[in-house]
Amino acid sequence: MRFLMKRNYNQDIQLFKYRSTFFWYLALIIGCCLLPLVLDDYITSQLSFICMYSIATVGLMLLTGYTGQISMGHAAFFGIGAYTSAILTSKGVPFLLALPTAGLLAGFIGIFIGLPALRLSGLYLAIATMGFGFIVDEVLVRWESLTNGNMGMMVDPVSIGPLTFETEVQFYYLTLVVLVLTILAAKNILRSPTGRAMIAIRDSEVAAQAMGISMAKYKTMAFAISAFFTGVAGSLYGHKLTFINPESFTILVSIEFLAMIIIGGLGSLHGAVYGAAFIIFLPQLIIMTKDYMPKYLADQTGLESALYGLMIMLFILFEPMGIYGIWRKKKFYFEMFPLYKKDTFKKEKKYFKAERH
Amino acid sequence: MAFFETHNISISFGGLRALERVSFEVNKGEVFSIIGPNGAGKTTIFNCINRYYNLDEGAFIFKDKNIAKVSPHVVADLGISRTFQNIELFKNATVIDNLLLGRHRHRRSNLFMEALFSPSVQRQEIESREKAEEVIDFLDLQAYRDQFVSGLPYGVQKTVELGRALAMEPELLLLDEPSSGMNMEEMEDLSFWITDIKEELGISFLLVEHNMRLVKEISDRVLALNFGVVIAQGTPNEVLGHPEVMKAYLGEEGASTAG
Ligand SMILES: Nc1ncnc2c1ncn2[C@@H]1O[C@H](COP(=O)(O)OP(=O)(O)OP(=O)(O)O)[C@@H](O)[C@H]1O
Ligand SMILES: [Mg+2]
Repeated sequence: MRFLMKRNYNQDIQLFKYRSTFFWYLALIIGCCLLPLVLDDYITSQLSFICMYSIATVGLMLLTGYTGQISMGHAAFFGIGAYTSAILTSKGVPFLLALPTAGLLAGFIGIFIGLPALRLSGLYLAIATMGFGFIVDEVLVRWESLTNGNMGMMVDPVSIGPLTFETEVQFYYLTLVVLVLTILAAKNILRSPTGRAMIAIRDSEVAAQAMGISMAKYKTMAFAISAFFTGVAGSLYGHKLTFINPESFTILVSIEFLAMIIIGGLGSLHGAVYGAAFIIFLPQLIIMTKDYMPKYLADQTGLESALYGLMIMLFILFEPMGIYGIWRKKKFYFEMFPLYKKDTFKKEKKYFKAERH
Repeated sequence: MAFFETHNISISFGGLRALERVSFEVNKGEVFSIIGPNGAGKTTIFNCINRYYNLDEGAFIFKDKNIAKVSPHVVADLGISRTFQNIELFKNATVIDNLLLGRHRHRRSNLFMEALFSPSVQRQEIESREKAEEVIDFLDLQAYRDQFVSGLPYGVQKTVELGRALAMEPELLLLDEPSSGMNMEEMEDLSFWITDIKEELGISFLLVEHNMRLVKEISDRVLALNFGVVIAQGTPNEVLGHPEVMKAYLGEEGASTAG
């Protein structure tokens, strides 16, 4: 455990509590920048997917993990972002403008999706947002003049001024930059009144109101912020795939987002990234382990999906605090060594298992 | 006109008349206590003021403004803060974050500035923290400052809740049974704090309390409620000695004094 002598409030509002933390993050970012040098194109493209999914899950984390509002319709915001950006760039709008516009449009629609959250919560909200997802999916299919319906549409490659992002490595750097900016913005919001208001709503709506926090304003705002980031992620996603159709934005994607933040650990931005990485790399891991399995097992059809599901189930059962929870425990263990007590996290674990959202 | 007025408020839940034409006034800078046996309707009055329940009839006038129809958060915005009978803290936040949430109504930043954590947001954060630290010093919460609320002892949680209400810098503070679950020492602190806040900051109190010693010690005026009806109103001695009040408490006398 570390104790810190604070001399002024500036120290209290720092992004990084310890100087060492800052250097660790710096090292991490430099590491991320160097990765493509040692990895092949395929893995690099997987890393791009992790970055894009992480941008979306940071958005969903703000809504579900921090504000306590579930959404099963985030694929719709993802899709709105992808189509907006695809359509705009096809009409000659520069990508640098199309990207934020995609986010803003998703965010604007998010405001309206937040309205049911004023009356609904938990499972009912889940179903309502799911309904929204279906509607958007249907619109994407039917509005053929704009979206080309089920035939899907081609998406132009990204360029910003003279810079092009056509190779895997270039695109990876683009997604990495957007991800870092996203996390910084999310972190800043969380250490400001808006972020605290969101956490307040999650923990006690009654008390939040008694603090002067307007449910109408902050719930819709949480939806809008969340949708904004997810829309931005969608924009990148479309340009990465170079071809999109409504199939890419079904409810399965919404559920995948939810799985990511739950496995990563609700209520932490780290968790949003860990969860995305886990879900994207899990199938690869399963394929890799296939070589070591007995032949009759490895040849079973549907093995990947079954293992994938099983892993997720086991994870939730044994580690409800998610990957971030494991990380924190390990860190705590080393900081407290040799005073670490096994029961330290028991209460927290029980709390996370209890139904709250 | 008085600082805070309650005019003939009534509310029923199904067939149950929880409050029946209740009226009272709280003057600026006084401690006004509401007593009454369990189920008398004391908490219901608070919940009506906070707009969690809709009044069937009547009005609340706060600083010459009728607040009986505003949204719940507006009540707090206008300067009325409260604590809850069954502690409603933000459990997965630290003590300091809970206090900072009390500062919500004083914020000036908007989302865009916050996402950039602009210098003005930084200044605002520092200001909020200075206020929160003042409250921490006043209520002796230094030891718990960075701890999560969910693990703290009950009495400390009650104090944090009082601190959060104070951090709002309210003009009227509603306290719902602040002493319940507190030990002797904590209760004496509480009595001292309330008197001190009243005298130093000029904050008015509306207090619901079962502990008659505390009521007698700190109240300027007292109102007694039974089955949603006012049975007596006046100075602490008048009300506590009132025959109707004695009758209402009879049978649970033991429970209330031990409370
Ligand atoms: N939301 C509600 N729905 C139905 N009945 C309610 C509701 N809130 C309060 N009541 C009823 O109104 C009456 C007054 O309740 P209230 O909580 O105000 O009592 P109280 O005076 O605070 O009692 P205590 O000393 O036990 O806290 C009780 O009979 C209670 O059951
Ligand atoms: Mg009560």
